[in-house]
Amino acid sequence: MWKGRLTILSLVLISVLAALSMWNIRGASNDQLEVYSWWTGPGEEEGLAAMAQAFEAANPGVRFVNAAVSGGAGSNAKAILASRLLANDPPDSYQRHAGLELLDDVRSGKVHDISDLYQQQGWVKVFPKGLLDNLTIDGKLYAVPVNIHRANLMFFNPATLRELGIAAPPATWTEFLAQAETIRSKGKVPLAVGPEWTQKHLLETVLLGELGPDKYERLFAGQIGWTTPDVTAALAVYARVLAVSDVKSAAGDWQPQVDRVAQGSAVYAVMGDWASSYLETTKKLPWKVGYDVVASPGTGGVYDFLSDSFTLPTGARRPDLSRKWLIECGSTDGQNLFNPLKGSIPARTDADAGLYKGYLGWALEQWRDPKTRIVGSLTHGVVANNAYNAEIDSALGLFVQNGDQAKFAKTAELQYRETQ
Amino acid sequence: MTALHSPRHSSEPLSTRAPRRQRKPRKQIGPIWVPGLLLVSPSLILIGVFVYGFLGWNVRVSFSNWRGLSPSYDWVGLSNYTSLWHDERFRGDVRNLIVFTVVFVAGALLLGFFMAMLLDKGVRGEGFFRGVFLFPMAISFIATAIVWRWLMDNGSGEDTAGLNKLFAAVGLDFLRSDWHKSDSMWAIAAVALPAGWALSGYVMALFLAGMRGVSETLRESARLDGASETQIFWYVVRPALRPVTFSALLIMVHISLKTFDLLYALDQGNLRIDTPSLYMWFTTFDGGFYDRGATIATVLLLGVALVVGPYVWFTLRTERR
Repeated sequence: MWKGRLTILSLVLISVLAALSMWNIRGASNDQLEVYSWWTGPGEEEGLAAMAQAFEAANPGVRFVNAAVSGGAGSNAKAILASRLLANDPPDSYQRHAGLELLDDVRSGKVHDISDLYQQQGWVKVFPKGLLDNLTIDGKLYAVPVNIHRANLMFFNPATLRELGIAAPPATWTEFLAQAETIRSKGKVPLAVGPEWTQKHLLETVLLGELGPDKYERLFAGQIGWTTPDVTAALAVYARVLAVSDVKSAAGDWQPQVDRVAQGSAVYAVMGDWASSYLETTKKLPWKVGYDVVASPGTGGVYDFLSDSFTLPTGARRPDLSRKWLIECGSTDGQNLFNPLKGSIPARTDADAGLYKGYLGWALEQWRDPKTRIVGSLTHGVVANNAYNAEIDSALGLFVQNGDQAKFAKTAELQYRETQ
Repeated sequence: MTALHSPRHSSEPLSTRAPRRQRKPRKQIGPIWVPGLLLVSPSLILIGVFVYGFLGWNVRVSFSNWRGLSPSYDWVGLSNYTSLWHDERFRGDVRNLIVFTVVFVAGALLLGFFMAMLLDKGVRGEGFFRGVFLFPMAISFIATAIVWRWLMDNGSGEDTAGLNKLFAAVGLDFLRSDWHKSDSMWAIAAVALPAGWALSGYVMALFLAGMRGVSETLRESARLDGASETQIFWYVVRPALRPVTFSALLIMVHISLKTFDLLYALDQGNLRIDTPSLYMWFTTFDGGFYDRGATIATVLLLGVALVVGPYVWFTLRTERR
């Protein structure tokens, strides 16, 4: 009898305690800033911590709550974020890739227009125009970019090129295909690829290289179709590039993909510049010696960017703190705290160049060059909204599997209209 | 209040053994099923809301055109189902799922049965082997997938790794396989390897319990009647294992239909090992197609119901008898 009553009593007690603790979290939320991101990897985690520390120092009494969710290059974090946004329980600021990845949030009224912050902080003058164009949605600005990554890069090992007697990395994809013949005859893999998204990343760089930046932008703006002759020719080049890659035994992730290049079993790999900090920090390979990198074929002078940005959600508990956080994200100090640790460059063109050494120094120089043409990445959410991007994933998966190029082009064109 | 003042008590015969307060059967309030219902009502309500309520909600969403972060419940009839029917990726997924289920369930059942039979014959250190066979089940599917992603790497030349490297090292080169990355339409069958590795120990435990449930006297009497060990197995043990086999089959099939994490971590985006559950996740959370995701979930639910329904019907019928 007693035992039973004790059990019931303790159950009641536990539930009351559980309820109390939930109530407590809600109650204590007034002096804190909850920032949601997927920055949990090496480098980026330290960068976020440094910014958090600076934020707490500048705002005494405010606690910075790091609500980072790890895994799947942000895909897990995005799923959890979607459920929070649907439940109208947003964090005080959350991470998105800059560009059309934010379109759904904007159209659904989940984020505030912060164009005034851009004017007030003078950001319209310090961010390059190409970046601002890609950030603007329906004529307004909704997110503050903290960093810039470059997607159109081709990694290689200088020693492998010397061994094969190749003078320089290819300047066009046609040249690459010619080199590929030689490389294959010597028993090496011309191009290493990884999982599906890296194949999409490759598609994006081939399209950019073959079509040029203007047509590339018009393709994703829906002004030229996927079945037009230019795009058809570019897709045919992609199919041929894929055919000389190791797609049949593709690496499980992007790190083993670039490992193959570093080890010398494959010659080239197209990857974003996060691979650079991986090779330098984790693999201890110095730039220009252990590995080298050039713009992917046909994209010299073009900067295919992606950027992590932060937002001001509708219904944030402390919008005043959120705005302070966004100001830090856009400030020279904030960007200089974060980027050297993460291995990316600041979005601002007036940040201290001395902090960025090796590859990053070269990247920053290119980013600041007024002659550089800036375009947005497809795979990393700049030029296509989430729905379109996911439909391209499906279509590309089938294309890689069955090689039916005409069907891929038709599906991509149809899905563009379906997802606008 | 003392007993003396109470006329009711004074009329009762004094007895030292009689309790001071007599426990009378409580008066029944309402019909007999009320207390029982009250007792199960918390779980009924919870299951009603969190299982059937959400299930119904999901079915409702599958008839809507909800895309992205603004929920919409406009009725669109069966159009999500018809477009799913024409969806090439989904068709491939269903085919993959059937191949995977057949290979994985048959493999896990056979292997589990075989291991149980070996253990039942009485090996030395049975506890040790039982543990070894069961341990893979204790590892999460994600971890299993990460390990097997390397074991089933299909790099060639310098990039040879995992099982292929092992085969090469012991001179069994002809066993080299592209596993789940092979060009074949049956590539997903390779995934049955890690899945079976993880769960055949569980099947073994089920079968072992079933075999141990066969009373020794039955075997003894069969032996007395001159039955050989094979005959004992076929005519005595096998019929006794029928319910266990049935349960094991059912559990495996529904695990197989729901498999997600293993495939998710093994090779993301490889459509050769794509299944409806993966497509549901990606289309919902990457693309914001809540309507399509809910439709896939409903179709999956119907698939599981097709398996579980007959089982429930069968058990109810046998229990009633």
